[in-house]
Amino acid sequence: MSAHAATAHTAHTAHEHHETGFVRTYIFSTDHKMIARQFLFLGLFMMILGGLLALIVRWQLAWPETAIPGMGRILRETGGILEPSTYNMAFTMHATIMIFFVIMPILAGAFGNFCIPLMIGARDMAFPFLNMLSFWTTFTAGLIMLSGFFVEGGHAAAGWTSYAPLSAVAQYTGVNWGQNLWCISLFVMGVGSMMGSINYITTIVNMRAPGMHLFRMPLVVWSLFITAILLLLALPVLTSAVAMLLFDRTLGTSWFAPSGGGEPLLWQHLFWYFGHPEVYILILPAMGIASEILPVFARKPIFGYHAMAFSMIAIAFLSWVVYGHHMFVSGMSPALGMAFTVTTMIIAVPSAIKTFNWLGTLWGGRIQFTVPMLNAIAFVSMFVIGGLSGIFMASTPVDIYIQDTYFIVAHIHYVVFGGSIFGAFAAIYYWFPKMFGRMTNGVLGHLHFWGTFIFFNATFFPMHIIGVGGQMRRIYNPMQYEFLQHQQHWNVFITYSALLLGVSQIPFVINFFWSLFAGPKAPLNPWNANTLEWTAPSPPPHLNWGDRIPTVYRGPYEYSDPDAREDFLPQNQPPVGAGARRH
Amino acid sequence: MSTATAAHGAAVEPAESPLTPESWGKLGMWIFLAGDAVGFGTLLAGYGAMRATSADWPNPYDVLGINLTALMTFLLICSSVTMVKALEWLSRGNKDKAKMFLAFTALGGAIFVSLQAYEWTHLIHRGLHINGNPWGASLFGTSFFLVTGFHGLHVTAGVIYLLATIGVVSRRPDPMASYNFVEITGLYWHFVDLVWIMVFTFMYLL
Repeated sequence: MSAHAATAHTAHTAHEHHETGFVRTYIFSTDHKMIARQFLFLGLFMMILGGLLALIVRWQLAWPETAIPGMGRILRETGGILEPSTYNMAFTMHATIMIFFVIMPILAGAFGNFCIPLMIGARDMAFPFLNMLSFWTTFTAGLIMLSGFFVEGGHAAAGWTSYAPLSAVAQYTGVNWGQNLWCISLFVMGVGSMMGSINYITTIVNMRAPGMHLFRMPLVVWSLFITAILLLLALPVLTSAVAMLLFDRTLGTSWFAPSGGGEPLLWQHLFWYFGHPEVYILILPAMGIASEILPVFARKPIFGYHAMAFSMIAIAFLSWVVYGHHMFVSGMSPALGMAFTVTTMIIAVPSAIKTFNWLGTLWGGRIQFTVPMLNAIAFVSMFVIGGLSGIFMASTPVDIYIQDTYFIVAHIHYVVFGGSIFGAFAAIYYWFPKMFGRMTNGVLGHLHFWGTFIFFNATFFPMHIIGVGGQMRRIYNPMQYEFLQHQQHWNVFITYSALLLGVSQIPFVINFFWSLFAGPKAPLNPWNANTLEWTAPSPPPHLNWGDRIPTVYRGPYEYSDPDAREDFLPQNQPPVGAGARRH
Repeated sequence: MSTATAAHGAAVEPAESPLTPESWGKLGMWIFLAGDAVGFGTLLAGYGAMRATSADWPNPYDVLGINLTALMTFLLICSSVTMVKALEWLSRGNKDKAKMFLAFTALGGAIFVSLQAYEWTHLIHRGLHINGNPWGASLFGTSFFLVTGFHGLHVTAGVIYLLATIGVVSRRPDPMASYNFVEITGLYWHFVDLVWIMVFTFMYLL
């Protein structure tokens, strides 16, 4: 029975191997590595757009209501000056694009697809066709989202959280189809995400190579596994909620409209019940990536492998019982607020376990400061700052003061940029040789890293200061408030830093495309790493390994074993004397 | 490891302790159903929260016809029984009986959807609309149409899925070759049935 099903499946994939037309290879490919590249390109393209939106927001905050260079052609009526409605649209779409169409496609989409089969020793995903469908569904969602910029009334402008009733009634923002398309796009994206999580979970549970016990899996696979479970159980909440919001807007229902018996707070409950797990969906893969890269370049085993896996499980579990901390000022009972404060503070425990284990991994290691390593270390240090500033918000008395100020903007960017985006850069530099078969340029890589690291901190650290100074999040013009005028120089400083942060990405773009076509050919295992993807050719062919899939004999982080000849022991290397020399 | 390790995975490749070694699709369906349940759960939770805090929520007995819906519920439960029968006949190697019971199941689903369409038309004629009704809270109609509509879409998809399953059973000569496929269809169908029991309880009876 079992043999029959497996034969039918492998015969099927072997058959596909011979179809190598252009369209099947590069566009409607069912190969997990090609789908990973497609997700990566989608995410990077959207990142440019999301970054430019952030820069126009910053320009407005530093030099309010002055013409933005280069925007005169797009904002013709105002000669390049950002109007309040356009400003609202810009910050709304900056966050929406960065969260749903940059970080999720790159971390979960690209590296989920690339790493899972290669690192557990599978030839492809469990459902390759569904995998292709997942990418094209996400791509369609991206197109729908982009189309919102071109409709009358502009794109959604109620913040990425789209709080009702602001988002539910078109007259409040003047946005009609923009918000509708926002809902439809996220609905479609939810469907694509579900296809992805079905694939990821099934592949990890069923298709590990012989010997790959759950606790021999690389931590990045653990993180993606947990992320997929969160995606599966969190995204449908958003999918249902945006459908309800769309019905309110188009069919005249009143889920979120008090005039019709509805309740605007219902939106906040539904949104944050999805939204808090979503935060961990964004950060968990980056945690896994850091756990993968630190041991390789410290040439040491990861400190506390089991604790690392269990702390991620704990974080995922806790993410369901903390969502109320986003709603402390929504009129919640103080007793309930207290409960959410406690559960939120508990998250510090598994997070601290992870942080100390990362530091323990680095401790006494022979650290090689390669570009992926620098980005991974930046991830750890920025995540610490973002994590610590989170504790301020978790405490209700402090939160009431800093709610909806730039302090929260600083916090979210330390976690999502400092955490997830540095994790994404680390992953891109680390797996680029395997993904595209060519090495990236080290000089450009260092230039990109140091520029990004310095200007990231120069951009986002002062936001803590102006936040505590009272500058509200999402305001159009800080100069309109007398009590904010004395700190306007910080806004100017932040905007200069943000522009330089943008400029710092140019070496990355050059490096990426130059290496793609002209980088030196990558060897099989350029970093002397242990995990299975480095046993496949660079780039791996369709079905990843030739004759037979690898057999796993050991854990993923056996570096600097005193008994080993080299300072690393690949997972597929048999123990000495135990049926060695298979081929 | 077998000796027949021919090129490019033409042979059976072993995996480390898979959860559903007989079929990956079975695990995939379970995972999908977990996600789908969260989608239904969100709609039902929204409905519950709005109803609990509403001052003028109509009594479902006054608006919705319980007798017709009880018949629909009975029909759907029967279709779950025929689904079980189909799988049982397949495991005994009787493809024709299996196909017959799959067809009964699909028929049950089709009659269910037709009765739902009749019920909707009737209620709309009496004034129950998605954005308002003469009995009280407008969200009564909204949640009714949204939840039963989402479920009806699942039943419609299920009928198409069942017809495709009949096609698969017909095409594969060996009855056991389609066993997993039919079992997975069954998982979906029983889930849709189970959700209806919830919907019937929460939206009609309570």
